[in-house]
Amino acid sequence: MDITELHEIAKQERDRRKPTQIRCCTAAGCLSSGSAAVRDGLEAAVQQTGLEAEVKVCSVGCMRFCGRGPLVEVDPSSTLYEQVTPDDAPSIIAALKGGTATATKGDPNHPFLTRQMPIVLENSGKIDPERIEEYIAAGGYEPLYHVLTEMTPTEVIEEVTKSGLRGRGGGGYPTGLKWATVAKMPPGQKYVICNADEGDPGAFMDRSVLESDPHRVLEGMAIAGYAIGADRGFIYIRAEYPLAIKHLQKAIQQAKKYELLGSQIFGSGFDFKVDIRIGAGAFVCGEETALMHSIQGERGIPRPRPPYPAESGLWGCPTLINNVETYANIAPIIRNGGDWYASIGTEKSKGTKVFALTGKIENTGLIEVPMGTTLRQIVEEMGGGVPNGGKVKGVQTGGPSGGCIPAAFFDTPVDYESLQKLGTMMGSGGMIVMDEETSMVEIAQFYMEFCRDESCGKCIPCRAGTVQLHALLNKIVNRQATQKDLEQLEALCYMVKEMSLCGLGQTAPNPVLSTLKYFKQEYLELLQSPVEDNGKVTVSQSS
Amino acid sequence: MSVKTLKIDGIDVAIAEDATILQAAREAGVPIPTLCHLDGVTDIGACRLCMVEIAGTPRLFPACVTQVAEGMEVSTNTPKLQDYRRMVVELLFAEGNHVCSFCVANGNCELQDVAIEVGMDHSRFPYRFPDRQVDISHPLFGIDHNRCILCTRCVRVCDEIEGAHVWDVAQRGENCYIVSGLNQPWGAVDACTSCGKCVDACPTGSIFRKGETTGEKERDRNKLEFLVRAREKKEWTR
Repeated sequence: MDITELHEIAKQERDRRKPTQIRCCTAAGCLSSGSAAVRDGLEAAVQQTGLEAEVKVCSVGCMRFCGRGPLVEVDPSSTLYEQVTPDDAPSIIAALKGGTATATKGDPNHPFLTRQMPIVLENSGKIDPERIEEYIAAGGYEPLYHVLTEMTPTEVIEEVTKSGLRGRGGGGYPTGLKWATVAKMPPGQKYVICNADEGDPGAFMDRSVLESDPHRVLEGMAIAGYAIGADRGFIYIRAEYPLAIKHLQKAIQQAKKYELLGSQIFGSGFDFKVDIRIGAGAFVCGEETALMHSIQGERGIPRPRPPYPAESGLWGCPTLINNVETYANIAPIIRNGGDWYASIGTEKSKGTKVFALTGKIENTGLIEVPMGTTLRQIVEEMGGGVPNGGKVKGVQTGGPSGGCIPAAFFDTPVDYESLQKLGTMMGSGGMIVMDEETSMVEIAQFYMEFCRDESCGKCIPCRAGTVQLHALLNKIVNRQATQKDLEQLEALCYMVKEMSLCGLGQTAPNPVLSTLKYFKQEYLELLQSPVEDNGKVTVSQSS
Repeated sequence: MSVKTLKIDGIDVAIAEDATILQAAREAGVPIPTLCHLDGVTDIGACRLCMVEIAGTPRLFPACVTQVAEGMEVSTNTPKLQDYRRMVVELLFAEGNHVCSFCVANGNCELQDVAIEVGMDHSRFPYRFPDRQVDISHPLFGIDHNRCILCTRCVRVCDEIEGAHVWDVAQRGENCYIVSGLNQPWGAVDACTSCGKCVDACPTGSIFRKGETTGEKERDRNKLEFLVRAREKKEWTR
């Protein structure tokens, strides 16, 4: 493979494109509401009307408005149809020739769509994730060519550093710095790992990226491999994502066929091979040291750090481990330059972030917004608030490691620092909206049960602490608790937070602590003899 | 090899740069409670009893796996650490079925010792009374999972010193238990050499010699050191 061949593939792909494209989302969300049948129906209708020459029905990835699936988009007219059934298919095709479609028309100018800034999701919903040719036609693998033939590894790292990109798995560690650390380790075997063990309840960003545009992640990993001097990569993905696994397997196969993965890529001296490792269902395997143990075929339990993976990772070798979304940002950064990326976002958090907007909200789905977008814009403008005119109480971010942000703080711009200041975290990008009906104590109880089930059992504060915390929360929810239980709950939270071995235990108390901070009254009302909040911590007294 | 100097509870210590805070503390004569640590096998930093404070950072560090650094100022027994350690020990007592009065290790138990050390006279957390098994299928030894604190000393000593890897951990979280072989009865595990190192390594009465009754369990802890020395220096007598 050389650049002329790559351009030739892109040209052929563009030439065979038909004047009208009917895109049908077949990512997991729409698929589960029956989009495969819709696609088949559309294809049959095209054949029946004899429009094969000018109309192509394509299976594409996520179109964002997951709550209104199955989604169908007609290009070039940009007509969006929502909740399409197979019965609607003939009328959608008829509408191309002036008929009336029976399917509900969506609003392509809805703020949910127009407020988005697709960088990670630029191809999502546009290309067929199972065809590498479409990715190449969209400019794919050109950044990799550029990197391998025109840049030194140091220059690649400089570009990533300049972009200000930070780890999208939630921690927010500067990506360029991480890459530089691994690159500076003595030469020898090194590894690149993509963490696709997305396990937070309500989070589906990484799944959507992998289902909709898997080549983007492979390309990001290859560029990372070149930058740090690694010739092998692993994608650790949870078994609960069968469609993402299928698309990844196909993508790796196709990239190998075109020699975009393998030996001497683009005729350079760079070799890169990617393998998939499938998780067995443990949430803790998203923690990097547990993840590496699991790849090595060992029990997936964390170990103390240091040494960090950059120094001693897979089989003791220096290892770079980044999240799906982080790798998905790399190709655009190389294509458009680090300065371009750094011009988006806030002072310390650059670029965009993908969120999975769910919960008690009108518009459920996937959004990609620039860092610094306020929660109000996300929840009220894009999300459309609570259905049936309810009132928003708060937003939960960061999953079981995060916390709840009350509506009073909705003007906070979303970035790593501001969320941390509010006692929660960016996390991988799950955003669950809660209305006035939601009991915050029950939310805390739910997350604690999750952590209790997912604790690996290695260290005592997490193994036994989450059990006791969950029992205390049950006691409170069942109105059997006293003021003393509440005090014990808080004290144990701090102990588990500070004494646990890995991120799971260290952050498990966060949902409790943040709801105690902002919604203490709800806890007090549930006590055996309810007491009034002494006013020390209430939402109105925001500081 | 270079040497680092540091302060532990105000006491100056000079020690090899690859030493841990725990080793430095022992050299300085500062006691730090431990349970999962066992001289001679790899440290895993799991029991969290040896957590210490280091000046200049709000985080706590496990002394057994944290390397010393020049000028480090370590506090091992602040009120916060005392409070947290006591809670850890309470959690341990509450999660298993620890009844000293009829345990083989009564009076000779590291969990008991640590409880006394941290001043735990009762658990403020409710006892969980888990339903756990006893396996006496081995001809010489038995394992009582009720008394297990999952320190994994047996796992490590069997794997790293005996090289048999009879033990490992099964399940996760509160459902974890020490598993023998491929989840077989201990007596059915061919890999077991009946060396008894796990009995000596076990801090509680969980793994015991058959026939011992309350308070009778005694360990040959020096055997580990003897074996290591025997292998390294070929001194096969003691």
